[in-house]
Amino acid sequence: MLSETTPPQTATSGVVQAPPTIRNPQTNESSWRGLLRWESALLVALAGALIYGHRTTNFWNATNFFYIGLNIGEIAIMALPLTLIVITGEIDLSVASMLGLSSTLLGYLYLHGWPIGVAIVAVLIVGAIGGALNGVLVTRLGLPSIAVTIGTLTLFRGLAEITLGAKSVGKFPATLTKIGVIPIPHTQIAYSVGFFVVLAIIYGVVLHAMPVGRSIFAIGLQPEAAHFSGIRVKRIKLMLYVLSGTVCSFAGVLWTMRFATSRYDAGTGLELNVVAIVLFGGISIFGGRGSIIGVVLATAVMACIQQALTLRNVDAQVRNIVTGVLLLISVVLPNIATGIHRLRERRRLRNRDRLAQRAPDLHQPTTTTTEGQRA
Amino acid sequence: MSLTVAPISRPAGVRRSELLLRARELSIVLALLIVFGFTTLKNHEFANAASIRQLLSGASLVALLAVGQTLVVVTRNVDLSVGSVLGLSAYLVGTLFRAHPNAPIALAFLVGIGVGVLIGAINGIITTVTRVPSLVVTLAMLYIVRGVDAEIVNAKQIDPTLIPHSFQVVGYEHIFGIPWLAIIVAVIVIAVGFYMRSFRAGRDLYAIGSNPDAATLAGVPSGRRVFTAFVVSGGLAGLGGALFLAQFATVNATGGSGYELNVVAAVVVGGVAIFGGSGTVFGAALGALLLNTINQALVAAKVSAFWNQAVAGALLLAAIAFDRWLSLRVERLESGRGERHVV
Repeated sequence: MLSETTPPQTATSGVVQAPPTIRNPQTNESSWRGLLRWESALLVALAGALIYGHRTTNFWNATNFFYIGLNIGEIAIMALPLTLIVITGEIDLSVASMLGLSSTLLGYLYLHGWPIGVAIVAVLIVGAIGGALNGVLVTRLGLPSIAVTIGTLTLFRGLAEITLGAKSVGKFPATLTKIGVIPIPHTQIAYSVGFFVVLAIIYGVVLHAMPVGRSIFAIGLQPEAAHFSGIRVKRIKLMLYVLSGTVCSFAGVLWTMRFATSRYDAGTGLELNVVAIVLFGGISIFGGRGSIIGVVLATAVMACIQQALTLRNVDAQVRNIVTGVLLLISVVLPNIATGIHRLRERRRLRNRDRLAQRAPDLHQPTTTTTEGQRA
Repeated sequence: MSLTVAPISRPAGVRRSELLLRARELSIVLALLIVFGFTTLKNHEFANAASIRQLLSGASLVALLAVGQTLVVVTRNVDLSVGSVLGLSAYLVGTLFRAHPNAPIALAFLVGIGVGVLIGAINGIITTVTRVPSLVVTLAMLYIVRGVDAEIVNAKQIDPTLIPHSFQVVGYEHIFGIPWLAIIVAVIVIAVGFYMRSFRAGRDLYAIGSNPDAATLAGVPSGRRVFTAFVVSGGLAGLGGALFLAQFATVNATGGSGYELNVVAAVVVGGVAIFGGSGTVFGAALGALLLNTINQALVAAKVSAFWNQAVAGALLLAAIAFDRWLSLRVERLESGRGERHVV
């Protein structure tokens, strides 16, 4: 790969051009292997988390697994559409506010006598509209997604606040609120985890086995190239935001049923956990790299560690240290790895230069300037 | 080849587009006056001295943090850890007073700034050495610092009785009718604003944000400048922590949580481009003042406080859309001039 892009006679042709050209082709090439390595690292981390859990009393208790799932379910569900968005190189920070808005709206509509089924459908539609707002601002007006979604983060939460104020709504039908107390019959799996598994399979197939999935990766790697090769970049991004809004409002419905109350501050701050899981799952923040399996594994690792810490009575805020450290590790390690790789390549090139310098006499003047430029 | 020289030696023709950019700050002032005027019409109490003092001191902390954030955002980075840093710094300064009730005030401020500088340096080193996007690094630090804070606080809190009166004076007293807080923050805004405008290192920040690769090729020490920006942002957040304690005289493990979003909102409303390269600390400070004034105006106009967030969010979206429109205008103006288009 390298010998193709950088001409062998670097000494004569490339003085300035050598270092920048190494970078691009190489990251593409090694991304596959890097990815596999990241997922195996996650497997090791999962094993570590389970061993840590094993040394915690009550960890292998069957109901504990129900609670592990229950506590991470909504976060995990919201991480799926965000994964696709991050792969296209954008971000959505409004996910948790959308969860809060849909929870509030569900309570409000139910309070005003709507049948619960209709209310849920209405809430999902509002979610899609909220997502479309993000999508339109990002794709049609060309605004940076981080600024837009920080704006809608505040806006959605604000709308939730206006809808219910300081009130909270309860008394939802017991057939639905039972999802917060009992698992899927004959298993120890929480309902939200059941939904997550089904959604994860769908997302995995769409992202890794369908043309649209390839388009999503292509957009993240090189938006212009994707556009010129006929991929409808804007439309796909818009659809992903609509999807994200809908899925997050569905997570809001689950959240409401789990706690059997609807409050405007539901899930405040969860966006950070969602982003943390996505990045810990090996999705590159620059877009174009990652897999659903990685995100699923990351969810499992995060859930197990958090639950083990909870069983050891570690304070919720202190548990955040773990989230933060995992997040740091997941971005710093791969970058250090590529840094070392790059350094090694540079050293190899320099050695090659030196060889070229020794051989024929006529190259002497140019090579000395090369060395000068480098140093 | 006159690629990156533009910000330093300005051709005469750029003046019109620069005027448009200056219009960004004027538009905030205008919005501020409109909000203030309308609210005063509805509620005359809004314009009295005490109320204005409250507007100023209420906006001070966010404005202070927005100054540091501007430095970071201008280089195409972001610092999300400021809220956690503020909380940790406030608690540690409180701990200082608990241990040594007669500790000099200057020492208290130094402790606060020191805590912030330390965390800012960690942010800066990780971002510049490992080339990890600062969004992720500072997001992680948001968690870690908050967790460390919670561990130290351990469900206790700093009580007002622990804080010496001379220290609290800084938080709520005023001189010549102007709150001390506002004076301190204004001095910092002006100093940093002047530095960013007129000194080489300040201009370097803009060059890095406009085009990182070009800046490096032009010999700007990018790593060092970005590192410094993070250190300043952390230091100001630390100072903010000390001022937070002076203002409220109490702090627990959640002090300052959520500030990062207010600060980023103030910066963006203030016209600092989130992708770097443009914006001033004056704009950011005005943005903080505008957001706080709107919040207070809603209260004064007897609109439920529940509207605050929604209005802030809508304003934020309007601000970035406006900026986009403005920058398109500037681009069109500049590309109208042939020789700049060729570059």
